[in-house]
Amino acid sequence: METGIFVLISAIKILLIAVLILMTVAYLTFFERKISAWAQNRLGPNRVGWKGLLQPFADVFKLLLKEDIIPERANKTLHFIAPMIALFVAFSTFAVIPFGPEVHLFGYDIPLVVADVNMGILFVLALTSLGVYALTLAGWSSGSKYSLLGGIRSSAQMISYEISMGFSIGGVLLLSESLRPIAIVESQAGWMWNAVIQPIGFITFFVSAFAETNRLPFDLPEAEPELVGGFHTEYSSMKFAGFFLSEYANMIIASALIVTLYLGGWHIPYIETLGLPSWLVIVLQIGAFIFKLVLLLFLFIWVRWSIPRFRYDQLMNLGWKVMFPLSLINIVWVAILIMVFGL
Amino acid sequence: MEQKAVKRREKDLKFWERIYIPEILKGLSLTFKNMVRPKFTFEYPEEKFVPSSAYRGRPVLVEEENGEERCVACGLCSRVCPALAIEVQAGETEREKERFPEKFEINMLRCIFCGFCEEVCPEEAIVMSKDYELAFSSREEGIYGKDKLLVPANQLQDRIDFLRQYK
Repeated sequence: METGIFVLISAIKILLIAVLILMTVAYLTFFERKISAWAQNRLGPNRVGWKGLLQPFADVFKLLLKEDIIPERANKTLHFIAPMIALFVAFSTFAVIPFGPEVHLFGYDIPLVVADVNMGILFVLALTSLGVYALTLAGWSSGSKYSLLGGIRSSAQMISYEISMGFSIGGVLLLSESLRPIAIVESQAGWMWNAVIQPIGFITFFVSAFAETNRLPFDLPEAEPELVGGFHTEYSSMKFAGFFLSEYANMIIASALIVTLYLGGWHIPYIETLGLPSWLVIVLQIGAFIFKLVLLLFLFIWVRWSIPRFRYDQLMNLGWKVMFPLSLINIVWVAILIMVFGL
Repeated sequence: MEQKAVKRREKDLKFWERIYIPEILKGLSLTFKNMVRPKFTFEYPEEKFVPSSAYRGRPVLVEEENGEERCVACGLCSRVCPALAIEVQAGETEREKERFPEKFEINMLRCIFCGFCEEVCPEEAIVMSKDYELAFSSREEGIYGKDKLLVPANQLQDRIDFLRQYK
């Protein structure tokens, strides 16, 4: 493929994904509010636009019009950079997540992923680890005790849960024998979903994903009742919105990762045997990816409004004494499966 | 659903409670049940709550069919009012009952909606209405004169019937 065409196609894909993520994030905040309302027997926002569907835009305009306060004792540079790191990490991770099979359009083979890199999963892990910097720097540079506590908590939490996350991915990699996200998805054709083969790994990864995205029951870095707002206590206006957006973008990425690694990506079991036209299969498969993603996002929000927050020591106990050994057991389990059944 | 709170420590938990996931699923199913339950919300400005006749809203004066007030300005309501919200000034009239309130004012900033005025009234002339939308933008507006207080008797029939049950 010529370089020019490659750049053009990549640019189109990047643009498409960036816009899609921004829209999804906007509507995720809306559905978060809606679902929380339903769980609490309320109606939720329903005034702006038809059924309240324009609410996210109203929220954005409100945030844009707010005064941007920088605390006197803040480290201004880092205070400014922290939300950008958060946003950058959240959005760039999406580059390696495949949301559909290869498409043949205008005589070119286009994989439905921005960057089909060999070490995609490693890339995701590296970037999500960078995300800790955003939270920690935000907490430290604000010059406020609550922010600092939130930042320290976030770094401790992220590091603890990244270990079990990494080890649970280990089980997946043993089966797929590749770090390429597309290869991992293709290794799960039919009912060979990793969630079915290695349920323990699925659960540890799932729980760690909650911890990594700072969602309840692991939202200790924010912990409104204890820390006011945690690391973003001293943020206002669009900088606050940056953290807010990155939290939801991280949720999308965590869900997309779970779909890719454990729920068979875009695969619909036994769709090949139905003899449908190939374009319909591709559309259905992209639909399946989005469907799984939306289901997981709903689960994320649902869990948030059901389960109370962990105490700090409970969090560490769970991370080190439960999740870590479980993810190791999972690796052994997968190794046994490969040895005995030759998967 | 009377349930006695039993203090349970971590060591008392059974195995299935200890592995936590079934308990999480229980919690999730509870919130899901609530998500699909019908909502009770009144969408206020469009959809208004209509109180029962036992409701004590803003006190009003009963206006007869001929457009005259029932009140005979005996002053009992103003006497009994614990918040000193009512001011009555009697005047003479040619009509059969001889007296009428020249001035009848209820200071809605003082009124505590206790309903004593309605209880003490010998003529059923002052009753509590169902009106709960009482917003005003200055203290002067909070003093309701006869123009605002007089309400035709047929609109208050609910409350008058309700009061008669207990007389």
